[in-house]
Amino acid sequence: MLQTQELQINIGPQHPSTHGVFRMQVTLDGETVVDLKPVFGYLHRNHEQIAEVSTYIQSMPYTDRLDYFNSMTSNYGLALAVEQLAGIEVPQRANYIRALMSELTRILNHATAIGFILNDMGAWQTALAFSMREREKILDLFEMASGARMMCNYFRFGGVVRDLPPEFMPQLKDLMQGLPGFFDEFERLLRDNEILLGRAVNVGILPPEIAASYSVSGPVLRASGIAYDIRTADPYGAYSELDFDIPLGEVGDVYDRILVRFEEMRQSYRMINQIIERLPDTTGGHINPAMASIGRQKALRPPAGEIYARVESPKGELGFYLISDGSTRPYRYKVRAPSFINLTPLGDMCRGHALADVVVILGSIDIVMGEVDR
Amino acid sequence: MPSLSADELRGIIEQELPGALHNPAVLCVVPARLPEVARLLCDILDHTFLSNLTAVDYPADGEIEVVYHIASLGGGVPLVLRVRTPREHASVPSLTSLWPGAALQEREAYDLFGVWFEGHPDLRRVYMWDAFEGFPMRKDFPRQGDKYFAGSGEE
Repeated sequence: MLQTQELQINIGPQHPSTHGVFRMQVTLDGETVVDLKPVFGYLHRNHEQIAEVSTYIQSMPYTDRLDYFNSMTSNYGLALAVEQLAGIEVPQRANYIRALMSELTRILNHATAIGFILNDMGAWQTALAFSMREREKILDLFEMASGARMMCNYFRFGGVVRDLPPEFMPQLKDLMQGLPGFFDEFERLLRDNEILLGRAVNVGILPPEIAASYSVSGPVLRASGIAYDIRTADPYGAYSELDFDIPLGEVGDVYDRILVRFEEMRQSYRMINQIIERLPDTTGGHINPAMASIGRQKALRPPAGEIYARVESPKGELGFYLISDGSTRPYRYKVRAPSFINLTPLGDMCRGHALADVVVILGSIDIVMGEVDR
Repeated sequence: MPSLSADELRGIIEQELPGALHNPAVLCVVPARLPEVARLLCDILDHTFLSNLTAVDYPADGEIEVVYHIASLGGGVPLVLRVRTPREHASVPSLTSLWPGAALQEREAYDLFGVWFEGHPDLRRVYMWDAFEGFPMRKDFPRQGDKYFAGSGEE
């Protein structure tokens, strides 16, 4: 008689499909996943404690390294929390610039996230090349505005570090002209692709009530059909003035997570069009004049108190919980990292699927280890 | 259902679960009553999304505070619940049976602050390795010259 026994294997920490130094302890029965335990900590540097011995503005460049794909939205989270804590007003123009940068970030993140899922499915680099092409154009814009392509460090308390240069808008309009064509081409390439359908439909289903009880957020939650988006649930900055829809999935499988990201890119495109139209008429400068010098930023002493502020980063709900004791350094600084918390149901989503589906399900959650391990 | 304010919540808890609040001014809950209060929020008041869970060390009070931010999926500002526990033998009931999403966040608070979550199915360190001694986010954890850095030649 043929004997069978369960097999334990490690995927990672060094593995092309773990999206960073991440390990999964998988228990297998043949090809079927019986149990999966994520193992963290390879990139842990105690970001929170470093922030607690630094001044508020010293943490700003450090937030770039949380979600290094989306440094603009990571910046936004910290800036929003400190502004609410210290009662700093943000001019309208600065809010629009911030929303513009956040939505450009969302387009580049979702495009590359879809590209990487296709990588995980074995379409090595083909789909990713399409998204990387658009990402480069967006990174050029970031470089123009902030001086850096990935580690932008662009936000300051009360606004952004400098106004958009004159050559920014023409180049942004060029990009915008090409984007609808890119969305259509990219979606045509993938939407009805037989291999993608075979690998993504009904794989890694996360039912809505389970997704919410697991504190999942962002496109993963919305793909399960729950319309929860911080930009509308708890609006910040310019978002209450912008018109956009929240795309939802129906089943909550990998395929829905891909489609929701496609649709969110189109909604970001809609928002950027509104921002381009309104930006010349906005009031105020790029930063609150009271906070315009770096000396003011460094000497900031928020009154004693606490705040929990959230932004909708492309990965989900990015929260900053700060406690001030009235000094220049936070007494407590905590990051609610969406990538980390979205991994909580990974084991449940993978159970019963084949080993090859694990990498696809992980890819569809879209994690960045800089944010998971902090 | 629209999001509740902290004042409304205080009133409801005092009416429905008398004695559950240890310090009503900041919605600080008696540790043993935490699951009841959380269930009230989740099942009856429709605040079903545990957004954030973390701990704060207050060595001057000899206590650690565990903070929960609980949001409504209908929108609005999250509500804050707190629990205080002594620094020595810090322990609070786990909320994983109500919110499985608390699992990783409670492990993080255990790892960095040493708060034991009673009833957690798999409470292990999450970032530090299993043999690591001490809780690095506590205010009295040595910032320099602890046993892991001493003698490493990186001075």
